[in-house]
Amino acid sequence: MSNLKLHFDVPGDDFTRAGEASGKVKKTLKDLGFNPEVVRKTVIALYEAEINLVIHAGGGEIDVEISPECIDMVLTDQGPGIPDVALAMKEGYSTAPDNVRSLGFGAGMGLPNIKKYTDDMKIDSVVGEGTTMYLKVFTN
Amino acid sequence: MKISEICEKLELKILVEGDMDREITGGYCGDLLSWVMGRAQGGDCWFTVMGNINAIGVCVLADCACIVLCENATLDDNAKTRAEMQGVTILSSEENSYTLATKLGNLL
Repeated sequence: MSNLKLHFDVPGDDFTRAGEASGKVKKTLKDLGFNPEVVRKTVIALYEAEINLVIHAGGGEIDVEISPECIDMVLTDQGPGIPDVALAMKEGYSTAPDNVRSLGFGAGMGLPNIKKYTDDMKIDSVVGEGTTMYLKVFTN
Repeated sequence: MKISEICEKLELKILVEGDMDREITGGYCGDLLSWVMGRAQGGDCWFTVMGNINAIGVCVLADCACIVLCENATLDDNAKTRAEMQGVTILSSEENSYTLATKLGNLL
């Protein structure tokens, strides 16, 4: 059986739709019968990354590839880029604007949560050009 | 313990009724969504004042059993609609998260 591939376009600055892609991936993984903890890890990481696209990058694209062994996610945007990835990875560090914080985001936990819940995480970011994030969750 | 039993014992008001037979296995208090997302456990009863549409998303993805809006915090209209669509149980109380979590802790 070939791997299942899903693609999502994430609109920027629309918090009412933020999380739609993660929700669809969750349903797909559940329907495929993956272990609930694998599903939970995957969608928590993906949701954080999806929210980042909305908050920071003016939207972007998500590609998910599901195989029996692992779930690969690639998030691409043409946003401002991350000047200091190591700093952005620190718990509590946030550049989210006030309107976003009032929604309950911007705790500086997004990237740390993604790292915590994935088995592999790689960020390629160029200031002024955009960011690509590669995430992997093993299913066993 | 089932959501329906907790609901009765903590005298919670039902704002959106999902699966009231779902088991509550723990509790979590918090309003910062990413914090909750990363730390709440599946099956938790989530006490918060955050009644927006993103809180519904966090509840679904973190697999919390239900949301309890403390101190009569408002549930946004679009959040209510989303919760109904996704079958998320939303409860409400005039009491604060400390009081409610203490009561829950005594029940579990």
